[in-house]
Amino acid sequence: MIPSLPQSKFSTRLYAAYITLFFIYLAAPLVVVGVFAFNDSLFPSMPWNGVTFDWFIGTEEPRIGVFNDGQLLESIGYSGFIAVCVTLLSVFVGTCNAFLFERHNFPGKNVLYIFALMPLVIPGVILGISILIFTNSIANGVEDSFGLDLDFLRPGLFIVIMGQFAFVTTITTLVISARLRKFDTSLEEAALNLGATKWEAMKTITLPFLKPAMIGAGIVCFLMSFENFNTTLMLVGSDSPLTITMFDRLKQGSTPALNAVSLMLMVVSGALALVSVFVQRDKNVPDNE
Amino acid sequence: MSNQLDLECRQLVKSFGKFTAVDNVSLEIPKGSFFSILGPSGCGKTTLLRMLAGFIEPSAGDIVIKGQSMLGVPPNKRPVNMVFQHLALFPMMNVAENIAYGLKRRKLPQAEIDKKVADVLERVSLPDAGPKDVTQLSGGQRQRIAIARSLVLEPAVLLLDEPLGALDLKLREHMKVELKQLQHEVGTTFVYITHDQSEALVMSDNVAVMNEGRFEQVGSPQDLYYNPQTAFVAGFVGDSNRWSGRVDSLDNGKALVSLDDGGAIAGISGNDRVLNVGDRVELFVRPEAITIERDSSAQTGTHIEDGQNTLSGIVENLLFDGANSRAQVRDQQTGHQVTVSLPQTGAFSDLKSGEQIRLSWGVDKARAYVSQAGVGKEQAA
Amino acid sequence: MSTLQMTSGTEKSTTIPMIKLGTFLLMLPLLLWLFLLIILPHLDLLTVSLREKLGYREYAFSLQNYIEFFTEPLYWNTFVRTAVMSIVATAITLIVGFPVSYYIAKVIKGKKRNLLFMMCLIPFWVSELVRTFGWMILLRESGVISNFLQWTGLVDGPVELLYTDATLMVGLVYTSMLFMVVPLVSVLDTLDDSLIEAGYDLGGSTYSILREIVIPHAMPGIASGCIVVFMLTLGNYLTPTLLGGKDSLWFTEQIYNQFITRFNWESGSAFGFLLLFLSSVIVFVGLKLSRQTLADTVK
Repeated sequence: MIPSLPQSKFSTRLYAAYITLFFIYLAAPLVVVGVFAFNDSLFPSMPWNGVTFDWFIGTEEPRIGVFNDGQLLESIGYSGFIAVCVTLLSVFVGTCNAFLFERHNFPGKNVLYIFALMPLVIPGVILGISILIFTNSIANGVEDSFGLDLDFLRPGLFIVIMGQFAFVTTITTLVISARLRKFDTSLEEAALNLGATKWEAMKTITLPFLKPAMIGAGIVCFLMSFENFNTTLMLVGSDSPLTITMFDRLKQGSTPALNAVSLMLMVVSGALALVSVFVQRDKNVPDNE
Repeated sequence: MSNQLDLECRQLVKSFGKFTAVDNVSLEIPKGSFFSILGPSGCGKTTLLRMLAGFIEPSAGDIVIKGQSMLGVPPNKRPVNMVFQHLALFPMMNVAENIAYGLKRRKLPQAEIDKKVADVLERVSLPDAGPKDVTQLSGGQRQRIAIARSLVLEPAVLLLDEPLGALDLKLREHMKVELKQLQHEVGTTFVYITHDQSEALVMSDNVAVMNEGRFEQVGSPQDLYYNPQTAFVAGFVGDSNRWSGRVDSLDNGKALVSLDDGGAIAGISGNDRVLNVGDRVELFVRPEAITIERDSSAQTGTHIEDGQNTLSGIVENLLFDGANSRAQVRDQQTGHQVTVSLPQTGAFSDLKSGEQIRLSWGVDKARAYVSQAGVGKEQAA
Repeated sequence: MSTLQMTSGTEKSTTIPMIKLGTFLLMLPLLLWLFLLIILPHLDLLTVSLREKLGYREYAFSLQNYIEFFTEPLYWNTFVRTAVMSIVATAITLIVGFPVSYYIAKVIKGKKRNLLFMMCLIPFWVSELVRTFGWMILLRESGVISNFLQWTGLVDGPVELLYTDATLMVGLVYTSMLFMVVPLVSVLDTLDDSLIEAGYDLGGSTYSILREIVIPHAMPGIASGCIVVFMLTLGNYLTPTLLGGKDSLWFTEQIYNQFITRFNWESGSAFGFLLLFLSSVIVFVGLKLSRQTLADTVK
């Protein structure tokens, strides 16, 4: 049960074997995706034909590497743009919400808090269609009444950003609130006492304290946005972000170029995840989660 | 007139709804003195201090610092600085940055800031601590940095909110002496709040004892200890034996009080109030005011002889604590338990529990206060 | 203290609720977010689901979309199937994940523990699409496992492992594992080892300790893990589409088809609303049964 209790060697080994199997299960799909990025074959499948880098740098049909595949590169660009917008917006709104919920009292606070958690339990597809319908209603309404065609409310980058922002903001709110809850308000009072204005106290004391959480939440947002599929699928227009482009290719049957993109995604996500862990590891506040 | 005063409060009141945290408090603190506000938790001392710092606006009354009213002046514009209970050192800055924080807000040139920081670090005997992280410092060092951070701004008044509370006992004893010395050297007016009477008595020039939002008594530590004016002060400052009873007879200012549990003790009024026959009173006697002698007579109970109260009883517990040793003595007849200090000479070091001893104390050492119980305070609960 | 709370309570009831300007300004982004992106869109979803298209931008109130759902066995079956499969997937995720969480929280200590926990998390930093793609490479006819089986001689020719319910289950469990392991590890972390030792000391067997000490303690984590996993599985689109068979329709696929392929927004909205309703009911029941609140489960 626990190491301090005696137990048979057999059951200990059986348990360890189970854990090993579990981690093989976790790792297997990721490993094969990475490995097949280097397979010298037109399909990401057996047999193994030796190592090639064509799927990264190839220039000739049908072996077009990621770095020469205009469509893939463009979709990475769209994904990056969307992710940056979503991150900035949701970190900003999440920070406002954290201060609102942690520092202010107002009627209806609990109800609003529950509403702020709702996006976590709304399936992504449904969040997508509801925003699609709503933006479409507004766009139609405006067109009918004023004759204006509000193009940005039709499927496309803007509403994809809105859709992702809608649920990612819950995450930033939770992460930043948790950090703000640990803040000792006497630090702010000390700053005021030492002659700082309210704004200076916020800028020099509170925001630096929140910075690790804001960066950490930002990284999580960026990754969630970059990798989002369900909500994006319903809202996307002609400019497809990466996950949508990959999905379309996957359905048509793919070349190992997709593995190459995936491998790059994994490396970047893994690196960002590590960064966020390090940023949030903080010596000043005891970790009690 | 107010030139001599660094800080003055006039009829200060703070209420939260129906609850009055600070009730009509007035005080005058002369320049350069060490002033303590002593009271149990919840007595309103923190509210008072936060009003002085500007974090709470008073409901009524005025705060005057160096002759200027502080009403409506925000905390960051007041010439007072505060050492917070948990110090509130900024964890994201090193020691020097912490100390420089207030100077930077004043937009002093960097060279001057550096010089002042170095000077104040020298003054608190931590000249090399500047580049250190606040988490690297020991409890006592952090304390000094928190004080240095405030002192560097040369405030008219330094407020200290129980800053020794978080330290362990030994360090606390040490810091008491150090703080008093520091105050003496810099000459800044200190206003120190605490619930620890020993801190207040050791360090202060003057102490205000606060209870339920009011000042019970303001005076020198000696004054409070030897001449408490209210039952609360007599009970709160220093240890006391305490009885309640009724005034039976009066003789030239000396009252004979018959105790609720039987027996009688003679005492004098603890304050200006004249006692009357029939008054309910609280009687206080300090353990060190009682002399003890071995007693083999079979006599028990309380007596009054030659202007001395006497009592015979059995030693129940011996509480050995070095120079501060005590004995708890039980009067078999009335069941009173009396705590007495054992002489520091060690004369009674062979005392055993179960022995019968005779206690005596002068009538003027038993101070009686007319009971206030039942007036106003129990209603709220 | 009690006096203070009492008076502040009465004060609250006598003063008119007023929101300070600063609070209101801070609330503005929250209100815009919730109203424009969550509340109003869902109300609109409900409205659209309750109307019938008569002509170009001409609509009338109707329950037709819902009636269609209940009368068309395909929709109805898909709905039930999705719910049942999601419950099964949740149960399997719990059964697979619990021993792993227990191992991380209780059996190994120190650096190894942190490493193992990190390893649990890292796959989920990778896009779901990439993970599903990995399973396709492993399981397809020309995939790694099929080749491996041929190499070992267990099978004669290529085997197709994709497009079955079992495959779908493997993928669904894989995708949700993190959301089961994280709450379980954190709740098991708070279980004091000495409780297990005491149980053992008092004569308990491994099984009885597990049943009477460990599982009751882990209940809040189990509840929140199951709720999240169920929600995610129910709303999943990618895994059923890519790993599931032709006849194993998932309800989100129906919604997508109504919206994008058939452009029938009215019935798509009705389907969406039904799914939302189903998930809310199940989450609500789950929270009630485990005596948790939504706010607790996100902690």
